[in-house]
Amino acid sequence: MTGELGQLALCFALALSLVMAAAGLTGARSNAATARGIAHGATMGMLVFIALAFGTLTYAFVTSDFSIADVANNSHTLKPLIYKITGVWGNHEGSMLLWVLVLSLYAGLVSALGRGGPQLTSAALGVQGLLASAFILFILFTSNPFLRLDPAPFEGAGLNPLLQDPGLAIHPPMLYAGYVGLSASFSYAAAALIVGEEGWARAARPFMLIAWIALTCGIALGSWWAYYELGWGGFWFWDPVENASLMPWLVATALLHSALATERTGAFRTWTLLLAIAGFSMSLIGTFLVRSGVLSSVHAFASDPTRGFFIMMLIFCAIGGALGLFAWRAPTLKGGAAFDTVSRETALLLNNVFLVAACAAVFVGTLYPLLLDAINGEKISVGPPYYAATFAPIFFALLLLVPFGPILGWRRGDLKASARALAPALGIAAVAALAVLAIASPRFLTGVGAFAVAGWLIGASILSFIKRKGARASAFAAALAHAGLGVTLMGVTGTTLWRSEALAVLAPGQTMTVGPYTLRFDGVTQEQGPNYRASRAHIALMDGTRVQSMLMPEQRIYPAEGQDTANTAIRTTGFQDLYLALGDDRGNGRWTLRAYVSPLAPFIWLGGLVMAFGGMLSLWGRLRAGAKVPSAMAQPAE
Amino acid sequence: MTPKKRRRLAFVAAILAAGAVLAVGIVYELGQNTQYFRSPSDIAANQVQPGIAFRLGGLVQQNSVHHGSGADVSFQVTDGKGTVPVEYNGVLPALFREGQGVVALGVLNGTGTFVATEVLAKHDEKYMPPEVVDALKRSGRWKEGGT
Repeated sequence: MTGELGQLALCFALALSLVMAAAGLTGARSNAATARGIAHGATMGMLVFIALAFGTLTYAFVTSDFSIADVANNSHTLKPLIYKITGVWGNHEGSMLLWVLVLSLYAGLVSALGRGGPQLTSAALGVQGLLASAFILFILFTSNPFLRLDPAPFEGAGLNPLLQDPGLAIHPPMLYAGYVGLSASFSYAAAALIVGEEGWARAARPFMLIAWIALTCGIALGSWWAYYELGWGGFWFWDPVENASLMPWLVATALLHSALATERTGAFRTWTLLLAIAGFSMSLIGTFLVRSGVLSSVHAFASDPTRGFFIMMLIFCAIGGALGLFAWRAPTLKGGAAFDTVSRETALLLNNVFLVAACAAVFVGTLYPLLLDAINGEKISVGPPYYAATFAPIFFALLLLVPFGPILGWRRGDLKASARALAPALGIAAVAALAVLAIASPRFLTGVGAFAVAGWLIGASILSFIKRKGARASAFAAALAHAGLGVTLMGVTGTTLWRSEALAVLAPGQTMTVGPYTLRFDGVTQEQGPNYRASRAHIALMDGTRVQSMLMPEQRIYPAEGQDTANTAIRTTGFQDLYLALGDDRGNGRWTLRAYVSPLAPFIWLGGLVMAFGGMLSLWGRLRAGAKVPSAMAQPAE
Repeated sequence: MTPKKRRRLAFVAAILAAGAVLAVGIVYELGQNTQYFRSPSDIAANQVQPGIAFRLGGLVQQNSVHHGSGADVSFQVTDGKGTVPVEYNGVLPALFREGQGVVALGVLNGTGTFVATEVLAKHDEKYMPPEVVDALKRSGRWKEGGT
């Protein structure tokens, strides 16, 4: 029954999303209050039915109902309960259902918060309804999670062991909350073009922030997972799938900054609209890259040409439609407000130029191999050196300018006064550079420069905490987010430049050294997990002749799936990681062991967390301000 | 020309110049950092120059894997039409098996041996790198639906 119930719920949701689109767009006219009421009702109805479909699929996974093909192909009775639940989105069909669930949640939030006037909200719901109906159709026609198997198998095929990991349990929902969250900004931008309303940037701000926070956390989680699970000691591989999440983040960051100017002074009106469209377009392209099977990776659950074609058509319609609307309606909007050459607007403009340039570099590097393959079948790959040569300098230049943004005044700033105010930050930068020169060896010029910039960023943030007592939450939020950038920069620089690594084939009793550590190999034992067998190495971290602590990297074999994974052992001091990965069995009790010492590695993700906190502080300030000043424009936030 | 117009013109010119620099930089770096994918038959046909990094893909030849005393290992990669000896010093990916697909990054030395700097970790047994599938299809060894 469950399968049919889910299927039925999806069909109802489809019908409601179509009602939502029609009523919402009709409600964009001032005299259509009834249509607006219907749009709000349909939104909540769709959310309920999508949640019901998702709940049904989750129930089927939890109870191991193998008469449903999706469950049989991706689950197993022996899997721990938590991975039965996360397995719901550990496959193509379920993850698309999660995609639509998140889209519906944002639509529900748009409806509930009702920010920015009834007509604007209604039109935004209409656009959100169009997106939802397209993706529900995609699920029903090409990726139905409720298809039956007859006869039902006795046991499921299992879930990719790499996905059986607590980090990955929350990574996809987090990333989707970011990816799909950009749909709200997209819908508001399209609605603003339809209605001709200018307050959209303020109305859409909380949604931009939520999406950006989730995207930041999602990327950080994915990078952390790759670090401890893949066993290569790296935190970012410039894999197309990683790039697919980075590109929306870059555009979303640009959008957050540009929308700020639009909201405060009315500058960059049309540009901000275009960025909102571009942000969600990047999400759609990311979805296409990840889900269509054009890329083969742990993320590409299946490759089915009809799916790729369907998503491609969907992207074409969504992006093309939005850009068409933009071309048609944008000229009727008021032009951007004027500002001085030295002003916060100019700083935000430069922020946008650099972020968009960085995104363009990643975009070309990611899509060029696909393009070349499509044109003449030539298989190439673009390696990390490309990104080091293009993305890194652009981003570095951006970071240099970051502290000027918050300190310059709107419309007309004072460069001399700002420079004077930032002088102490320059001092902190010099101290950071000298500290690196004194401590680190070997001495890299890039390392000294990177730490100077990190000191500059963090110093400027500290200054704004000290000097701007009683300032708005948004000032502190910006300071936190910018400081987070500095923290991440230190982590990335430390691990990239000063990581030491060692590789050895060890027999029991033999030792190896890596960086300041001496490790003794005490042999490998076989362990039995709930649904895997593990070869567990026992490595003693030595302090002279005394054993300081034991580290146990593992290699796990999942018989149901016929796959294996490396489970690294990481010992961190907070400032430095000792990282061990067990290699292959070389016979006679000898195994290869890989060890890395990564200075400042935890800072990479700590910085991401600090950035996300900055975003949350800004969001909190927004919602509080919105609740305090009820106006005709915004209904109460509750 | 009014000051406002002059400023706007200067701004547009600056953006165009920055865009041009970016485009030139991207194209140049793409040219520098593109790694081509080659199959053993390409190498047999003398299409690959020694000393230039590329990605080699194919199947690991049965009974060709030999471990040295340290972490060094040698094996052969084949696509049925050509076979290339490979030397590597490092940890092999967990799913490295004889008869399975593999992608290695490295250069050909003067004697025709591929010196790998990286043997790519592909963590899924069901998954065959698309480049390998393509190489096998071209040499006529690809069986639809089976690996």
